[in-house]
Amino acid sequence: MSRLSGGLIDRDTPLNFHFNGRSYQGYAGDTLASALIANGVRLVGRSFKYHRPRGIFTAGSEEPNALVTLREGARAEPNTRATMTELFDGLVARSQNHIGSLEHDLLAVNDLLSPFLAAGFYYKTFMWPRAFWEKLYEPAIRRAAGLGALSMEPDPDAYDKGFLHCDLLVIGGGAAGLAAALTAGRAGARVILADEDSRFGGRLLAESDTLNGAPAVDWVAAVCAELDQMPNVRLMSRTTVFGAYDHGIYGAVERVADHLPTPGACVRQTLWRITARRTVLAAGATERHIPFADNDRPGIMLAGAMRAYANRWAVSPVPAGDKVAIFTNGDDGHRTALDLIAKGVRVSHVIDTRTDAPRFGDYDLLSGATVTGSRGRKGLRAIRVAQDGRETWHIVGALAVAGGWNPNVHLASHHRGRPVWDESALAFLPHNPPMGMVPAGACVGKGGTAEALADGMRAACAALAELDFSAKPISLPEAQNASAAQAPYWHVPGTRRAWVDFQNDVTVKDIALAHKENMRSVEHLKRWTTLGMATDQGKTSNVSALAVMAEITGATIPETGTTIFRPPYTGVALSVLGGGDTGEHFRPKRLTPTHGWAKAQGAEFVEVGPWMRAQYFSRDGETHWRQSVDREVLAVRRDVGLCDVTTLGKIDVQGTDAGEFLNRVYANMMGTLKVGMVRYGLMLREDGHLFDDGTCARLAEDHYVVTSTTANAGAVYRNMEFARQCLWPDLDVQLISTTDAWAQIAVAGPKSRALLQRIVDGFDLSNEAFPFMACAELTICKGLRARLFRISFSGELAYEVAVPARYGQALMARLMEAGADLGVTPYGTEALGVLRTEKGHAAGAELNGQTTAQMLGLGRMVSAKKDSIGAIMSRREGLAQDRRRLVGLKSCTPEVQIPAGAHLFTKGATQSLKTDQGWVTSACYSPHVGGYIALGFVENGDRRMGEILTAANPLEGQSFEVEVTSAHFVDPEGGRLRD
Amino acid sequence: MLIPHPLLGLRDAQEFTYLGDASLMSRPAPEAGEAAFCDYVFLRDNPAGVHRELWFHEQGDRSWLVVTRDTVTHEILGAELASDYARSSS
Repeated sequence: MSRLSGGLIDRDTPLNFHFNGRSYQGYAGDTLASALIANGVRLVGRSFKYHRPRGIFTAGSEEPNALVTLREGARAEPNTRATMTELFDGLVARSQNHIGSLEHDLLAVNDLLSPFLAAGFYYKTFMWPRAFWEKLYEPAIRRAAGLGALSMEPDPDAYDKGFLHCDLLVIGGGAAGLAAALTAGRAGARVILADEDSRFGGRLLAESDTLNGAPAVDWVAAVCAELDQMPNVRLMSRTTVFGAYDHGIYGAVERVADHLPTPGACVRQTLWRITARRTVLAAGATERHIPFADNDRPGIMLAGAMRAYANRWAVSPVPAGDKVAIFTNGDDGHRTALDLIAKGVRVSHVIDTRTDAPRFGDYDLLSGATVTGSRGRKGLRAIRVAQDGRETWHIVGALAVAGGWNPNVHLASHHRGRPVWDESALAFLPHNPPMGMVPAGACVGKGGTAEALADGMRAACAALAELDFSAKPISLPEAQNASAAQAPYWHVPGTRRAWVDFQNDVTVKDIALAHKENMRSVEHLKRWTTLGMATDQGKTSNVSALAVMAEITGATIPETGTTIFRPPYTGVALSVLGGGDTGEHFRPKRLTPTHGWAKAQGAEFVEVGPWMRAQYFSRDGETHWRQSVDREVLAVRRDVGLCDVTTLGKIDVQGTDAGEFLNRVYANMMGTLKVGMVRYGLMLREDGHLFDDGTCARLAEDHYVVTSTTANAGAVYRNMEFARQCLWPDLDVQLISTTDAWAQIAVAGPKSRALLQRIVDGFDLSNEAFPFMACAELTICKGLRARLFRISFSGELAYEVAVPARYGQALMARLMEAGADLGVTPYGTEALGVLRTEKGHAAGAELNGQTTAQMLGLGRMVSAKKDSIGAIMSRREGLAQDRRRLVGLKSCTPEVQIPAGAHLFTKGATQSLKTDQGWVTSACYSPHVGGYIALGFVENGDRRMGEILTAANPLEGQSFEVEVTSAHFVDPEGGRLRD
Repeated sequence: MLIPHPLLGLRDAQEFTYLGDASLMSRPAPEAGEAAFCDYVFLRDNPAGVHRELWFHEQGDRSWLVVTRDTVTHEILGAELASDYARSSS
């Protein structure tokens, strides 16, 4: 164990964990990364492409190397950053991307092949033959280059989503964020303070700075305690705000239970959608490194991270006695030396690129020096230092690299605000942030503790002033600003590979190669080399790479430009984006009023849009769905059947102009419909194609009830409201969707009148009193309000009876009971489909958005006496001359099924697009015909009765002979429905 | 996105169904002929900048709104009831 004194770990709570099968011990407050370092584990993974041994490089969410598979079984989660994983007792983690052990990875051979794996190698290498891609190259590459593997088991945990609103969202709980939250909290604003870390404080936890002369954590604790007491403030630790969306909406993931062995009764993570009137972005900064030859060995890490491990987690990067070196281009690296020395770690040298490097303490300082190489295959053993033209090897166990800090501008650029280069800060700073966002602190280059505190307070006051809160300045603690002086120094030239992007194995050489191959714009550079495209999104590498490219091209960094960031800031699991809406809960289900009854009858259900509808009702002894469906169809044709048709869209239309309004939205005339009658109606789209069909019943002079198909119920209502509000706002008409208000049951078959007669309250159902296409309001079952429509989809004598939805199930039961001796039979959507196909009624497959009224043989329904939506365009030459017509098709071999979707050809003709004669829309077995039948559109179909066509299904290599017939397989004269 | 509904205040865009260019409200008179309808049905401006567009408050009060939105920044400059807009512009 290489533990130091102090730190924010709880030494009274030891925790056991396993890494690659070996057991170790850490403490509460550790991350997996700090615990591994404390146990002397330096090698934690293999790199993506070259399988180079890698160690922990950072102490935060920017980590490129230390990706592990956390947990086991179904909960195994690949690519988890060890630096963000809070240690818990019994934690199990494994390293990734190696064949054989981590220490002896067989794929390390890739490193020797590196001359062939340079930038753009897969664009150049695996081009031919094309067929090899899928079978050979891709699987091989995926196996060799990669990250962790999924468990392939269902996720056992629960997720949730939630909505929050606030006046001020503060993103980041470091010095600036805490000052902002406290300022706003005291002003009475509703504040949310979110930080990705498990505790607030940001870099205050990682530095040795004092506030008011006491450790900074004391001030942090006092502020958090005060904020926690405020009812207007919500503190959200372990919460990453990952994206800035429009109008002050932010996406955030709270890791509710990731720090626990299992979530238990908790959800694992929650997706928050935070609507904030104003936002202070206090996201801090990420340190960058300085590429040099062989700079990727375990033991080389960012200087700020090394400081954080020493101060927060009391961990030394080396065993006691071994030495640490620091490589820096500015004063910041010296802080690491001072903090390590204060903790008793031996510092070999501070290697400063500046010739006039200042000295801050008692350590060996090499000015104007660089690190030019390293040794140690599985962990750093020595570094080579160049100074004054001489190179010397130094034995060190670890090297801290300090290349300056990159402000975390990510969220500020989510609305395409391109960051701008600031020459004095040597960094990109936020520019044009999303509306309502005020960046503050280290993310605008104000990273000194005192200036960050002041800037956070300023930002909160500025944001709140726009909301008419009078935020008063708070008394900030006494703090210092550590010197941030640095010299621009971007990489150490050399012949060996110097890594820029560790996670995607992109080196300085790759950038030079991209330049040579003319991939010089930042966007090309990024894609050609895959720089910054790994899971860390190049947080530690992007700016360094731009600087290297700028140096090669001789341009400045602002001339070279920068890529911008998109959400998410860090990876977000699909599970939490789903927010628990999986499986059964993927979307809401709509149940018909008779659902419970149908379920009790043993119905099979089918999804129809959002609805669950009874598909067929299986009876004892029936082993195949066709037996049930045939029985149901024959029962309707012989006796009487019942079907819940509630799902059809119902729209109530009222007003003195209701008739005129319907004239304009239906292609046919509706204003002339007599009260007490129903008319079939066609709706067109404004482009002249068929949109929907349904019935239109006139209950009173100023009152119609219209129906739409189930699928189009929403769209038809939306269009009618569009017509009413946007096109003809002066018509006196009101609409309301009553689909859910009325349960509607089809009572179909020769005995339907006899059945209904038993439940109506003295209503005359005779053909004379209530003929085909009549409608009425009446009472049934001794006083129940109902509506009755004499309409038929099956071609039989039929009615639809509607009652308030809550009586739907009771009505179904009553009809079943009352009709027992009549052979009453419930039928589902399959039988409904067969019945309408036998009758030649169009449905969804015929009204597919590409067909016209003429094609259905209903061209004359488009009234020429009035204007209506789509009327003008339906007369376009191209549509008017279309000669395809709806016909019936009979399989010439009755027991052979005609596939729906098959294309039709003249018998004997070559089959091509040019000779195509139409297609099959709907097909089924007709128990009435005793064979397979279909509907379809055929060129001049109305003139080709009796002709034998070929129905071809080239996908299956099938072709069938079919006979063109009338679409009305049942009762073409329509006598049955009129009797 | 948040849409400032003239009757209901700020509402989440998820409650709305988007249709597009508010020029769809200017349906030609039937006498205008086929060419005018072709333009109406098929031709739309697609400006990068300020755009008047139709949104339907489908999961709400079922008002059609004319929303003025900057398509570049998504800033919403105003919203009014389509029926009011139709009456005032006719």
